[in-house]
Amino acid sequence: MPSDEKIIDPDKERRKIKCDSKMREIMAQYYMEAKTPKEQRGKPIAWITSGGPVEPLHAMDVIPIYPENYGAMIGASKMGVELCERAEEMGYPRDLCSYARADIASATVNGGPIGGLPEPDMLICCNNICGTVLKWYEVQARYYNVPLFILDTPITHTEFNDEMRRYVTRQSEEYIRFLEQVCGKKFDYDRMKVVGDLSIRGQELWQEILDTTMNRPAPMTCFDAFFHLAMIVTLRGTQTAVDYYEMLLAEMKERVAQGIGMLPNEKYRLVWDNLPIWYRLRWLSNKFIERSACLVADTYTSGWTSWMPFVDRSDFLGFLGESYARIFLNSGTDIMADNIIRMVKKYDADGVVFHSNRSCKPYSFGQYDIQRIIQKKLGIPTLMIEADMVDERSFSESQIETRIDAFIEML
Amino acid sequence: MDPLQLFRDISQHPADYARQWKTRTGGKVVGNFCSYTPQELIVAAGALPYRILGSGADISRADSYLQAYCCSLVRGSLEDALAGRLEFLDGAVFPHTCDSIQRLSDIWRMNTGFGFHADIILPVKLDTESAVDYMVSVLRRFRQDLEKGLGVTLTDARLADAIRICNQVRQLLATLYELRRTRPGVIGGSDLHAVFRAALVMDRVELAEALATLVDQLAAAPQSQDESTKRIVFSGGLCSMPDIYRVVEEAGGRVVWDDFCTGARYFEGLVDETREPIQALTERYRERVVCPAKHAGIYNRGTYLLEKVKENRADGVIFLFLKFCDPHGFDYPYMKAMLDKEGIPSIMFEIEDQLSSEGQLRTRCEAFLEMI
Ligand code: SF4
Ligand code: SF4
Ligand code: SF4
Repeated sequence: MPSDEKIIDPDKERRKIKCDSKMREIMAQYYMEAKTPKEQRGKPIAWITSGGPVEPLHAMDVIPIYPENYGAMIGASKMGVELCERAEEMGYPRDLCSYARADIASATVNGGPIGGLPEPDMLICCNNICGTVLKWYEVQARYYNVPLFILDTPITHTEFNDEMRRYVTRQSEEYIRFLEQVCGKKFDYDRMKVVGDLSIRGQELWQEILDTTMNRPAPMTCFDAFFHLAMIVTLRGTQTAVDYYEMLLAEMKERVAQGIGMLPNEKYRLVWDNLPIWYRLRWLSNKFIERSACLVADTYTSGWTSWMPFVDRSDFLGFLGESYARIFLNSGTDIMADNIIRMVKKYDADGVVFHSNRSCKPYSFGQYDIQRIIQKKLGIPTLMIEADMVDERSFSESQIETRIDAFIEML
Repeated sequence: MDPLQLFRDISQHPADYARQWKTRTGGKVVGNFCSYTPQELIVAAGALPYRILGSGADISRADSYLQAYCCSLVRGSLEDALAGRLEFLDGAVFPHTCDSIQRLSDIWRMNTGFGFHADIILPVKLDTESAVDYMVSVLRRFRQDLEKGLGVTLTDARLADAIRICNQVRQLLATLYELRRTRPGVIGGSDLHAVFRAALVMDRVELAEALATLVDQLAAAPQSQDESTKRIVFSGGLCSMPDIYRVVEEAGGRVVWDDFCTGARYFEGLVDETREPIQALTERYRERVVCPAKHAGIYNRGTYLLEKVKENRADGVIFLFLKFCDPHGFDYPYMKAMLDKEGIPSIMFEIEDQLSSEGQLRTRCEAFLEMI
């Protein structure tokens, strides 16, 4: 995440994304409302997984809270190790996902940058990203003793079939019944239509923003996308997100028109795979910038639009289950490889950087195969960085720097 | 042959057994990874369901496919496949369980070159009506996949036979557990484990016969007087390390129950032979205590463990799971807390691989048994 510079360098100033401050403001407001005592805010709170269907919550006036987003904040503020260690003291093995460990520990000590998340009134878990979230939400369901809804989204190893479609569609209906019961009111289908439209609009805008990096020089890098992503995750389905992304898109278009790139000198273009390394975002970003390498796209931030082909505007709810089931992480390794190949072509990239993320097994296992597929089909160099998104103990600075250097030389 | 010797041999050389079976019968061998594999369907297709556990050989080839932070079961199995140690397999099936198995399926499909590959994409929850309906359709699809993949017709009659024989095996295994519980000393822990290891790969008809002989033998055997030993329940992941039983015994303990998917979870619950077969298979999975990769309420496994401890008047619990295993890692703290609340002592072992941890295990196990 960019932070304030001490000495103002006019060139750097020019390259800064101006919307950043607005984004911070919106996110601060969002967390402020959520942290307001319940009697004052009135709205119930649902904790939900990052790939979970948030739209029905907005339609029901429930505030969605994303422990994973908070995990990222914990990582970025370098508070990860302390919380992870606390989870280990509680008996959770060190090899579990560090988002989960950080959140489980944070809940017991009100830890992290905003002093803990507001307590949930319900938990919504969608396993389209991993099996970890199921176990993690079970832990929280026991801890907070609140109802847990599981949206079970069968993986597409090779195909998504009719039985799966039927199953997820039925669960969408169960989800609505669950919300009606917990909130004690009827579901508002009209409002759902509006929220559905806003969600789709937000995703389209987000994709358009990501696509501006098809230009040379790219007006932003994936490190900026990691920052601006918070909105499509947490406020998907709201006017706020749409308005903000319209503003950001306009700024990006303006930068493109003026030829302002994020890098002073963009020589190489790269694609990033897997989650960001939150506690080293700035360091890594600089390492690549110094070497004139621009990370133009990534599989992570585009993940929130990867269900777009399966969405139906006229019947958002009807297709909710299927669209959420068919995100790229919930598919076979070869399908994931195809996704990266498409990105390399689309963004005209010269290489791929893989983050082999100890925390995230479903995202990381299979990367070696993807690497081979890319080398075979595209013949471009790839780099594998071993780390963890939140737990700094798995980060070896010197080793990673040496690898980056060797990789850049191959480009 | 002495049935115990038969089981010992097979448990030590399961691959040899499968090879001989193949030569002997001309049948096909289908590898599988999990207790959620509906073995009845494979048996009904005339094939041998072979549970892959990994031979424990050094890992080198698998390193190019899987990172080091993957459990040794997944890495070891892939290693065996890549090294040609599973050349007798005609295919493999992957029930969807944990994230590691999920990706193993992809890697296996793309790299090992066995003919038949099936994913059984089960629901993750087993406690709702829509999930159960979905499960029925998944098993139906698997039945078709088997027919296509193995080139057979899987009739209802053959399925009924397979269910019957698998039920028989389950009942016999349950009797064995019961014998062990009521007549201490009739069979050693290592031997019992050998029986289970063999049961995961043997022709089910042969298995039922051998088990019946063994049960008769043991029922007649004199019981040794070791009621004084500490009674232990195992909880956790599969254990491909027979010596843990010996370790416990040598330290003065006796394993009276477990919730391993290669142990009690393998035989618990019968398939209702009077119902439509696929429905009946589904029903068994729905009723059986879940594995940690599946969901049936948030206390399912903890409650079960407590029940088993009480039922078997156990003195302590040993948690045992593989390093890097997410599902078990997440469940451990709450299950331990449930035991703590009841004053039941427990200890946890995270096992890296089969061999490296034995010495350490012994020391800690002795200390634990001394303490309780
Ligand atoms: S980082 Fe990976 S394992 Fe952790 S919650 Fe996200 S998808 Fe699941
Ligand atoms: S613990 Fe259960 S889900 Fe995991 S491998 Fe064993 S049988 Fe399968
Ligand atoms: S030991 Fe754990 S991680 Fe490994 S396959 Fe079994 S359930 Fe999955």
